[in-house]
Amino acid sequence: MRAAIRNIAAVACVGALLSACSTGTTPEATQSDAPSADPNQEVTLSVATFNEFGYEELFEEYMADNPNVTIEHRKAATSNEARDNMNTRLAAGSGLADIEAIEVDWLTELMQYSDKFTDLADPELDGRWLDWKVEAVTTEDGKVIGYGTDVGPEAICYRADLFEQAGFPTDREEVADLLEGDWDTYFNVGKDFVANSDGVAWFDSASATFQGMVNQVENPFENSDGTPIPLAENDEIKSIYDDIATAAVDDNLSAGLAQWSEDWTNAFQTDKFATMLCPGWMLGVIEGNAEGVEGWDIANVFPGGGGNWGGSYLTVPAQSENPEHAKKLAAWLTAPEQQIKAFESKGTFPSQVEALEDPALLDSTNAFFNDAPTGQILADRANAIEVQPFKGPNYFALAQLVTDALNRLDVEGTDDAASSWDKAVEAYAALGLS
Amino acid sequence: MKELTWRQRLSRFDVKASPYLYISPFFILFFIVGLFPLAYTAWVSVHEWHLIGGQGDLVGFTNYTDVVQQPNFYKALRNTFSIFLLSSVPQVLAAIVIAYLLDTNLRAKTFWRMGVLLPFVVAPVAVSLIFAKIFADQSGLVNAVLELMGATGIAWHGDPFAAHVAIATMVNFRWTGYNALIFLAAMQAIPREIYEAAIVDGAARWRTFFSVTVPMLRPTIIFVVITSTIGGLQIFDEPRMFDTLGQGGADRQWMTLTMYIYELGWGAQKNFGRAAAVSWLLFLIIVLVGVVNFLITRSIASSASGKAGR
Repeated sequence: MRAAIRNIAAVACVGALLSACSTGTTPEATQSDAPSADPNQEVTLSVATFNEFGYEELFEEYMADNPNVTIEHRKAATSNEARDNMNTRLAAGSGLADIEAIEVDWLTELMQYSDKFTDLADPELDGRWLDWKVEAVTTEDGKVIGYGTDVGPEAICYRADLFEQAGFPTDREEVADLLEGDWDTYFNVGKDFVANSDGVAWFDSASATFQGMVNQVENPFENSDGTPIPLAENDEIKSIYDDIATAAVDDNLSAGLAQWSEDWTNAFQTDKFATMLCPGWMLGVIEGNAEGVEGWDIANVFPGGGGNWGGSYLTVPAQSENPEHAKKLAAWLTAPEQQIKAFESKGTFPSQVEALEDPALLDSTNAFFNDAPTGQILADRANAIEVQPFKGPNYFALAQLVTDALNRLDVEGTDDAASSWDKAVEAYAALGLS
Repeated sequence: MKELTWRQRLSRFDVKASPYLYISPFFILFFIVGLFPLAYTAWVSVHEWHLIGGQGDLVGFTNYTDVVQQPNFYKALRNTFSIFLLSSVPQVLAAIVIAYLLDTNLRAKTFWRMGVLLPFVVAPVAVSLIFAKIFADQSGLVNAVLELMGATGIAWHGDPFAAHVAIATMVNFRWTGYNALIFLAAMQAIPREIYEAAIVDGAARWRTFFSVTVPMLRPTIIFVVITSTIGGLQIFDEPRMFDTLGQGGADRQWMTLTMYIYELGWGAQKNFGRAAAVSWLLFLIIVLVGVVNFLITRSIASSASGKAGR
C-alpha cells in the first residue's frame, strides 16, 4: 500500500505537465557565484530521488543536526519517471527540487547542458570518489555537476529454496562455482534448471538481462567521439540481442516480465523465477517486493566477469533557490560514512574510496539474503569490473530501442526476434540522428 | 431633435458597452491560455526546436512531413480512434439509459444520483493504478477469473485491441456517470405533460423513451458527443498509466496521439518542433471529427423526431 501511494504521488508529478507538484516560481537561474548563504537561515530543501536510495533515516539525522533545515523528500517509483520529470522541468526552468538525483544512463544527455546545474567542484572533496565516477560528471572546463552516490557492481541473486527443489546446490559458494564463466554458461545452467524445475523460469526479464550484457561492452551504441553507431550496422549489439532472444524465448529461460511492472512486482511473491542480475541497489528492491519470502541469497559471481549497472549522482540544479544549502546537504549525503548507512539500509553500494575499505562495509551482512556478506561480495564484484562502457548523449534513446524490441518478444509477444529487430532499426531511422 | 447632454450620452454608451465589458474576462482569459498557446505552437512547429536546447532554425513544414512519414504516427492515430470509439460510443448510450433510470421514481433519489458521480471524483491516476492491478497479464484479477472459468487469460498488454478495451473501460468508469448527470438534468427539463399525453395515447415505455425522451434531448446529446470527442481524442492519463513505462507498450500498442506528442517532445528525441507539429495535426483532426460528429448527431436526432409522427 505504501508503494501504491508513492506511485500515485510520483506519477501525478510526472503525468501532469503543469502539475501542482512544482514548488511555485523560481527566480532566474542563479549562477554559482551566488553570495554565501547564512548557515543558520531557516530553509526548506527538496530532494528528489527514485527507487530506493536509503536516505530516509539520513534525512532525519540531518534535520536533527541542523534544526534550521527542513527536508522534503520526493520519491519517484522508477528512474524513467524521474528522468521525464527532470527533462520537463529543466526545460521549463522551474519546478525542480533543490537536489535532483540522476542516473548514470541519462547523465551524458544532461552533461550537454551543464550550465543548468550548479558547479559543485570542491577541492576539499578531491579523492572522495572512484576516479571514473568523478570523470563522468566533470565537464571539459573542470566543472563538476554532481556528487556520486552509489555504483552498481553486479552479482547474481538467487532463490536457494527453488534451487533445492530442482536438485541444484544451494550454498552461495557452490552456486558461484556453478555459474563461473561467460553468458553462455549462465544460460546453459539455466536450461538445466528449467528442465528440472516445475515451471519456474531461470531469470525474470530479457531486457534486464540485456542491460547486464550491454554494460560489459566498450562502445555499446556510440563511438567514443559521441557519434551514434547506426543500429543496423551494430553487430556487437545484434549478437547480444540474438543470444538473449534465443535464451529468453526459444529456451524458455525468461519469466517474460518487464522490470518494475505490476506482474514483475507480484512475481516475487509467486515463485516465477529463480535468479536475477543483482546490482547493489537491487537488494533493497528485492527485499521490498519479496517481503515474507524466504530463500533469497546472493552469489559472488557474474557472467562475463564483472559489470556495473547504474549508480547515481546528486545534482543541484541552477534553478535552486538555496544552492549553498543544497550543496552542503549533497556533500553530507554522499560522504563515505553516510553512504555506508544508505548501503546498510537499502544495499546501494558506495562509490566513495574510503567507504570501500571501511570495515563497516566489508563486514556488513544482509539478514534478508540469508545473512550473506553482501559488503564483501559487492566489493569483490566492484573489483572485477574491467569495462566502463562509453555512454554518449544518445545512449538512453538507443538503449531504449533495443529494450523495447526485447520486451516485444519477451513480455508482450507481439513479434519474433527478427521482426522485432527490424522494428528497432526502423525506430532508429525515426530518431533522425545523423 | 435636441442635443443630448453629456450625462445622457454617457448612459447610452454605458448601455451599449457594458455587456461587452462583462463578458470580456472570458475572452481575455481565452486569449491568454487558449489562442496564444495555439499560435505559439504553430510558431514552434515550423522551427527546429530542442526541449532543453531551445529554438533552432526556421525549417518550414519539414517537421510535418517528417512525422507523417513515421509509422508511429499512424499507430498513434489508429490507437486514438480505436480507444475513442470504444469509450465514447458505449459511454453516451449507457449514460442516456442510466439517466432515464435515475429519472424514474426511485427511493433515495439523491443518493443514487450522487452515486453515479463517485467514479468521477477519483483521480484518474488512482483509477489507473487500480485497473493496472485488475488488468495485469499474469497476476491480474480479470485473467485470474478467466482462468478459474477454464478460459485462457487475455494478453491485455500484448494485443492492441485488448489493451484498447482495458483502457476504454477505465475511461468509461470515470465519465459515464458524469455524462449521465448531464442527460438527467436535460430530462428533468422535458415537460411532464408530453409524457402524460404519450401515456394517454397508449405508448409503451420504450416507445416514449425513443419518441419523446431522445428527440427532446437532441441539443444535450450534441453537446455531450462534442465534448466526449474533444476529450476522447486527447486521452493521455489512462493509457500512460496502463503500464509502468508509460510509453504505450513496447510495440506502441496503446500509444495515443497525445502520448506520441509527449514522446517526441520529452522522450528520446526531445524534438519540440515535431511535437508541436503533431499537436497542430491533432487540433485539426479534432475540429474535423467534431464537425462530422455534429452533422451525424443532428441528423440522427432530427430523423428520430421525424419518426415520432408516424
